[in-house]
Amino acid sequence: MFYRETGQYKTTYAADRAIFPIRQDRVAMAVLLAVAFVAVPLLANEYWLRSVLTPVLVFSLAAIGLNILTGYTGQLSLGTAAFMAVGAFAAYNLEVRVPEVPFLVAFVVAGLAAAGVGILFGLPSLRIKGFYLAVATLAAQFFIEWLFTHVGWFTNYSSSGVITAPPMTLLGFSFESAQSRYLLTLCIVAGMALMAKNMVRSELGRAWMAVRDMDVAAEAIGINLMKTKLTAFAVSSFYCGVAGALWAYVYLGTVEPQAFDVLRSFEILFMVIIGGLGSILGSFLGAAFIVLLPIFIANASGVFGDALSAETIAHLEFVIFGGLIILFLVVEPLGLARLWQIVKEKLRLWPFPY
Amino acid sequence: MDELYFFLEVLIGGLLSGTMYSLVALGFVLIYKASGIFNFAQGTMVLFAALTFVGVLELGVPALLAAAVTLAVMVALAFAVERLVFRHMVNQPQVILFMATIGLAYFLEGLGQTIWGTDVHVLDLGIPDRGLWLGPILVSQFDLVAAAVVAVLVAGLGVFFRTTTMGRALRGVADDHQAALSIGIPLHHVWVAVWSVAGFVALVAGLVWGSKLGVQFSISLVALKAIPVMIIGGFTSIPGAIVGGLIVGASEKLAEVYIGPFVGGGLENWFPYMLAMLVLMVRPEGLFGEKIIERV
Repeated sequence: MFYRETGQYKTTYAADRAIFPIRQDRVAMAVLLAVAFVAVPLLANEYWLRSVLTPVLVFSLAAIGLNILTGYTGQLSLGTAAFMAVGAFAAYNLEVRVPEVPFLVAFVVAGLAAAGVGILFGLPSLRIKGFYLAVATLAAQFFIEWLFTHVGWFTNYSSSGVITAPPMTLLGFSFESAQSRYLLTLCIVAGMALMAKNMVRSELGRAWMAVRDMDVAAEAIGINLMKTKLTAFAVSSFYCGVAGALWAYVYLGTVEPQAFDVLRSFEILFMVIIGGLGSILGSFLGAAFIVLLPIFIANASGVFGDALSAETIAHLEFVIFGGLIILFLVVEPLGLARLWQIVKEKLRLWPFPY
Repeated sequence: MDELYFFLEVLIGGLLSGTMYSLVALGFVLIYKASGIFNFAQGTMVLFAALTFVGVLELGVPALLAAAVTLAVMVALAFAVERLVFRHMVNQPQVILFMATIGLAYFLEGLGQTIWGTDVHVLDLGIPDRGLWLGPILVSQFDLVAAAVVAVLVAGLGVFFRTTTMGRALRGVADDHQAALSIGIPLHHVWVAVWSVAGFVALVAGLVWGSKLGVQFSISLVALKAIPVMIIGGFTSIPGAIVGGLIVGASEKLAEVYIGPFVGGGLENWFPYMLAMLVLMVRPEGLFGEKIIERV
């Protein structure tokens, strides 16, 4: 009844190209942003800000990165965590060696370093695809994890192999409190999500999708495959690199190479699948779902008393994860984002049948 | 002379441990040949089979019966997987099927450990684990037995594929799905059969690996080693899986011993992958695979 676009005419090209062409969507988005930027930092407690919302945002960014590669360009990657690790270690090494560099610059450098590594390991994609490519990215995963564990230079010869992020200060303000860290992450993630949304709507994004749908046809209509695939790898890795730097700096503070193992890569892949392949919104939904599910399971099992041990719960989590992945792939391969779209389509007609 | 003996010792040790990778890769190849599904869950099936076997064994059941029970469980699993998952995913792109098997891997991993717990179970099959001197070269007796098991298994599978009706049906499906359907081979039954055979291979692999390492979570990680084995040997070739396993086993041990000390060790985790990447660059279908990869 309230959600319909009747009477909203698009009178300019700009209006036709808007991200949210329907006024109700724009209002909803504005409300959502206001809640995220103002209400949440004021109302949420330390635990929620630091241990739930911040990781959700960081994972969303990594999921957007993987979604660009897998969801939009159709190149399966199992090395997401490795690209995150490159970002985290690049930012750390830059700051340790050149302390004058502000941390925001270090984040950008982190993204660029990851993009470079991404292009390097994306090179096999020019000859192979599907899970043959997945093997190449697995090679990146294992090699990079080993490199950061065994070559002391990357951890600045720290004896435990763990890096500790230097404090973040900007113009004399130190990002210490949970609120400031949450807001910092939110600003970066929101900005980069907007960039990603616009990228996939532009010529570049359309080229990616053409390659995903059928690479031979894409080449026939004049898309340069090499350029398109490698930009996808570069942009995707850039996002993962920044996410890795945020993970190390904002969320954990201290981080070891093993925090970026192959299971982390799978976790991010699951976010993309459950959230929705080829959807920016889906990346957020998937990240929130995967981070919140264990918390929900832990709370739900609290209801049943102490019948289940912590170990059993951890295993049940695996069962539920695996089951959900299969369920989503069978029932709704486009994930939560598609469900949301269906809800919106239904809402436009409600409460009338036509 | 000692140098040469040492080299041979490392080489033989690597080759023998490579046969164990072949054992896992064999399960991958079977399913890939028959259904075109890259079954990431094969490693977890190995773990699941080993856990079930040990779990049943610890209930006081004799070993042979426990093996039969485990085999029955794996067949039931094959039915469930075909009926609940892959029947609904016909015509999906291979990558989606692959991701579904990752989901399956998680599911089985969780299920196996929920039922049987996470403790490391000792599995003693009475295989002697002592060194054996062949002239001046020290060889692990256990690895020899394992290699013999692999040889018997491959020979057995060969006979099964050549002579039985089901084996012929499997080969028919592997050659061409549609042609197989058109001459009346029931595709779904064949899939169940091939997943069951893969389950059987997983059981054997689980027993061998389990008695070497103890039955524990890390067994499922062996799957990650079997992937480069398949890439090197070719996705569709059983001899390829064997040769690939030998190459990976030997090369990773040699690299660890001769290059490892200069770079801080731990090469074993990624060296096979780099090797696989090289093979992919030069010969994407692997050493023995069919040339079916589209160049893009």
